[in-house]
Amino acid sequence: MAKLTFKTDKCKGCGLCVNVCPKKVLALATEKINKKGHHPVEAVNEAECIACAFCATMCPDCIIKVER
Amino acid sequence: MASKVLMKGNEAIAEAAIVAGCRHYFGYPITPQTEVAAYMAKKMPKIGGCFLQAESEIAAINMVYGVSSTGHRVMTSSSSPGISLKGEGLSYLAGADLPALVVNVQRGGPGLGGIQPSQSDYFQATKGAAHGDFHMLVLAPASVQEMADLTVKGFDLADKYRMTAMILADGTMGQMMEPVSLEYDIAPPPEKPWATTGTNMQREHNIVNSLYLAPEALERENFKRYERYKYIEENEAMYEEYMTDDAEIFVVAFGIAARVAKNAINDARNRGIKAGLIRPITLWPFPKAPFVKAESQAKAVISVELSMGQMIEDVKLALDCKVPVTLCNRSGGMIPSPEQVLKAIVDADNGGAK
Amino acid sequence: MVVFDKPHALSDLPMHYCPGCTHGIVHRLVAEVIDELEIEGKTIGIAPVGCSVMAYDYFNCDMIEAAHGRAPAVATGVKRALPENIVFTYQGDGDLASIGMAETVHSAARNENITVIFINNAIYGMTGGQMAPTTLPGQVTQTSPYGRDVNHCGYPIKVCEMLSTLDGPEYLERVAVNNVKNVKNAKKAIKKAFQNQVEGKGFSLVEVISSCPTNWGLTPQKALEWVDEKMIPYYPLGVYKDRSAKEAEK
Repeated sequence: MAKLTFKTDKCKGCGLCVNVCPKKVLALATEKINKKGHHPVEAVNEAECIACAFCATMCPDCIIKVER
Repeated sequence: MASKVLMKGNEAIAEAAIVAGCRHYFGYPITPQTEVAAYMAKKMPKIGGCFLQAESEIAAINMVYGVSSTGHRVMTSSSSPGISLKGEGLSYLAGADLPALVVNVQRGGPGLGGIQPSQSDYFQATKGAAHGDFHMLVLAPASVQEMADLTVKGFDLADKYRMTAMILADGTMGQMMEPVSLEYDIAPPPEKPWATTGTNMQREHNIVNSLYLAPEALERENFKRYERYKYIEENEAMYEEYMTDDAEIFVVAFGIAARVAKNAINDARNRGIKAGLIRPITLWPFPKAPFVKAESQAKAVISVELSMGQMIEDVKLALDCKVPVTLCNRSGGMIPSPEQVLKAIVDADNGGAK
Repeated sequence: MVVFDKPHALSDLPMHYCPGCTHGIVHRLVAEVIDELEIEGKTIGIAPVGCSVMAYDYFNCDMIEAAHGRAPAVATGVKRALPENIVFTYQGDGDLASIGMAETVHSAARNENITVIFINNAIYGMTGGQMAPTTLPGQVTQTSPYGRDVNHCGYPIKVCEMLSTLDGPEYLERVAVNNVKNVKNAKKAIKKAFQNQVEGKGFSLVEVISSCPTNWGLTPQKALEWVDEKMIPYYPLGVYKDRSAKEAEK
């Protein structure tokens, strides 16, 4: 069971993590806005996560922690 | 008595720097200061130091910036056109509060100018080396001994106030040979807790930087720096007075011009003219104290310069324009003769006819 | 078990880069390498002028902010004074390949034992998208509004190819950070560039083909695709020089 933790307030909503996820686990929030004014990333399907850390690899702001 | 050796001015600077603990020198060849580099190239490898010929004066001053960031004593030297190239680095050193010793053995300008002695970088050194609000300590030697003494002093002042000390010499001072003593009691440099030497995982990281995007912060830094400059102006001005006790004609001159002026003053005294000399040793801070006497005693003041008249502005400011000041000068690499200065003194004594 | 987390050498400060800018990825890779080699305590980084000017806030090691293009000269000074420390510069294309070209070439020629991380995104980002020395032929920027006309302002500079003609440098590699595979390769190259310094091998430069979504006028994802379509064909990835490897072959 993989676990994803986000530093949500540092997210700039670039979506690179969303696009790279092979299991479609991530999505940008549609309603929620963070302190920076961005729609931050959220895990919408965490159960599918395989902890490949592709998302964290492509995240320019180092906001994702991946555990297994 | 201390033993003396016969040395060129440029070599005296280099050896004094080594005595002062400088182990890093970066430079680029330019006449008439290249002997500093040549001396360092010979000596540094033998004492565990580093001489490196940089690809440009710009690179050299930035290598200085790098070494200074680590807290080590470091220097570069050049001549007028090369100092213009170093301007960028001088501003960054000031902005990052880094100590350094920079030598300018001046030659005639503007442009490529010539290779003969000059003092026409006075404005550049004392007022406008580069962009931004800042000063450098500017030391003007008038003998080979002072080339050495002021180099040692320059390192001390640079470390003490975390700023650049510039030796503002000229081609004559660089090239002339005189006996010089190089025995000094060298005080250990101050602690430099700000230096970037690696955190060793023992402290927060140090940052050497001159960028302040918030104008409030930049202004605060500048005001802080100018507080320090004010203290320096009040405490570090250096000058020599020669026969000024009863003088009525005051000659003001530094470096080689002061030596010429002394001869002219002796000649004037032989003619019964009460002439005297104020020789600023620090050009920044410009010594104001001796001008109090000049203001009350002088019939006239003469600024003798190897330029089109640059220090004369500081002389007028120091006198509050209360005494007439005239310029006795040569430019482009020419040096005023004692006769020229004597004539200026005689003319001034006769009521100001030029 | 933690699979992925922020490296220690990277500070907690939010980075000022635009959304999707790959500067952040390269910062992280550098920090990961510093962690893995356990050199944070003796590393001194030199930040450039350009978008990454404030890199001094983002690394937890000691940092120096250099004048535009002068980072290799500053690094030379630091390394000569502290030869046991690890010194790296982090520079963009304007900084390294335009205003600082002399410092770049000569530090490479001297084989200064430093590590240079060179971000090539073919544009000046900080000043708002002007033509860089690496801007592609035909590429539209603020100062090449009709596309870079090579007859008027010349051709882009291929830094790794150019430096590889020198005898001096130890190691030159061009990598990209536009997909997971390339990021992993970039990390390997950066690690080697630091490892070389630890081993005293000399000047090691990693050119990282990066994206600038804002000034390219593309979304972050499209910008990564543009790297594949336009940048990599002009700037082929690979090792341009590896002296030690070559000598080992002999």
